[in-house]
Amino acid sequence: MLSPESLKKIDREIAKYPPDQKQSASMGALRIAQEEKGWLASETIEFVAEYLGMPAIAVYEVASFYNMYDLAPVGAKKISVCTNLPCALSGGVHAADYIKKKLGIDFNETTADGQFTLKEGECMGACGDAPVLLVNNHRMCSWMTEEKIDQLLADLKK
Amino acid sequence: MTSQGIILSGLDGDRTWRLADYVKRGGYDALKKIIAEKIPADQIISEVKKSALRGRGGAGFPTGLKWSFMPRAFPGAKYIACNSDEGEPGTFKDRDILRYNPHSVIEGMVIAGYAMGCERGYNYIHGEIFEVYERFEEALQEAREAGLLGNNILGSDFSFDLFAHHGYGAYICGEETALLESIEGKKGQPRFKPPFPASFGLYGKPTTINNTETFASIPYIIREGGDAFLALGKPNNGGTKLFSVSGHVNKPGNYEIPLGTPFSTLLEMAGGVRGGRKLKAVIPGGSSAPVLPASVMMDCTMDYDSISKGGSMLGSGAVIVMDETTCMVKALERLSYFYFEESCGQCTPCREGTGWLYRVVHRIENGLGRPDDLDLLNSVTANIMGRTICALGDAASMPVQSFVKHFGDEFAFHIEHKKCLVPKDVQHEGSKIYVA
Repeated sequence: MLSPESLKKIDREIAKYPPDQKQSASMGALRIAQEEKGWLASETIEFVAEYLGMPAIAVYEVASFYNMYDLAPVGAKKISVCTNLPCALSGGVHAADYIKKKLGIDFNETTADGQFTLKEGECMGACGDAPVLLVNNHRMCSWMTEEKIDQLLADLKK
Repeated sequence: MTSQGIILSGLDGDRTWRLADYVKRGGYDALKKIIAEKIPADQIISEVKKSALRGRGGAGFPTGLKWSFMPRAFPGAKYIACNSDEGEPGTFKDRDILRYNPHSVIEGMVIAGYAMGCERGYNYIHGEIFEVYERFEEALQEAREAGLLGNNILGSDFSFDLFAHHGYGAYICGEETALLESIEGKKGQPRFKPPFPASFGLYGKPTTINNTETFASIPYIIREGGDAFLALGKPNNGGTKLFSVSGHVNKPGNYEIPLGTPFSTLLEMAGGVRGGRKLKAVIPGGSSAPVLPASVMMDCTMDYDSISKGGSMLGSGAVIVMDETTCMVKALERLSYFYFEESCGQCTPCREGTGWLYRVVHRIENGLGRPDDLDLLNSVTANIMGRTICALGDAASMPVQSFVKHFGDEFAFHIEHKKCLVPKDVQHEGSKIYVA
């Protein structure tokens, strides 16, 4: 269900916690599973649960509580733009509008070719770098002017 | 990043975060001194008390006092947790500490472990800064390989190990008991207190949770002494502190300055208000802190006591600057949406109340406000505050109360005229993409 590489990474997460507290690794395991699969299908969540010896519902609770887990398919590149107040004062909303126009989609939509999904993000803890966006949860892009957005989208399309 | 302080000074961005650089700066000297001189735990805690270090995460609770609550002699596991779940809008200091000076946090946590008799710690790192989490993992590896973490640290009989736990997008996990729940692999919903974490914390064991910047301040206090740290700030407000300045300034970023520095000096350091425009309002301590009008703010110094006297909170030191192009209704609308989105849903007053706040501010902003809406907002906040398990409900209410209190005219104008006092094109111009 998950690749040996992913399982190895999950084992490293498990090792961080006391031996009788394997469930602590559920967040890390879900992240690793999502990285491999692109999103978290029910079967993936069930697999993670079984691997950690947890009830599936307990892992599902975690997956549905934290907003960086995707419980439905998303585009190959998920772009989350912060529009919270500090970012908005320095162009966060303008940057989001520009991406919407370029991709022809609104927040929570995916382009027809399945390449891009656009999300409205909450504070990413990088307000001094506004406008800020995340690519696939893990890559933070700072000071996103229109030129830098053009460049980023061109690179991601490759 | 500008520093007149003890955490970010002498750093060269991405180039000086490794163990060798940290050691060159005097890093791990404090830990080595403790181990070599076998300094008693009580003496470490009293040094921290003397320093008047107060929690840098927002509450400002005296760190030494918190440490003294830990039952040192309690047999069995005890834990240290570091709160790096930095998601309070406006706050971005812990990210810089972790990526530019990760070993200062590690050393601070090891010392805390020694002082409180703990063998294990976790650093809970905000979900959206994955690259920083990876770097911290690397720093942990360096420390382990150098014998600074793990069994028998520096050849002593003291053992302490430390791990990083990566969040995945939930503001509420910055609340310390939600953070513990999250490390336990559950939904991050705050616990009812008491019992407090010092008696029932992670996995039900005594636990002390401090902010990243708090831990990063510890090595200096041990190395140079509590008095030296205190002298950097002002009485009851020891040390230097990082201020994250965002919004309408020419040079947004982190500024590490002595507590007690006038706000006007900080504003000047951040390049002043953008485009020479007029300062309108400042949120001095992260989005949950009450907003202050420019006139009040310009008389404040940046420390816990002065900001509190001015009617707000120093909080996490996140200074959100708004100039005359800002519509205060729109600004509040965005913040209210945030709390509505991030309420964990456990307590009814917060779960329902944050929705009420957002919807009412939203309709005022969109020209559908009703004459009694301001009374309604005050009533909803009064029914949230003090009636929830954690402080998120209060955090959602304080911006609403303070925006309405200080900028009530602007809200009334919206309701009466169905439009904004600040013309749309002026707002648009003021919030354009700006990169220093």
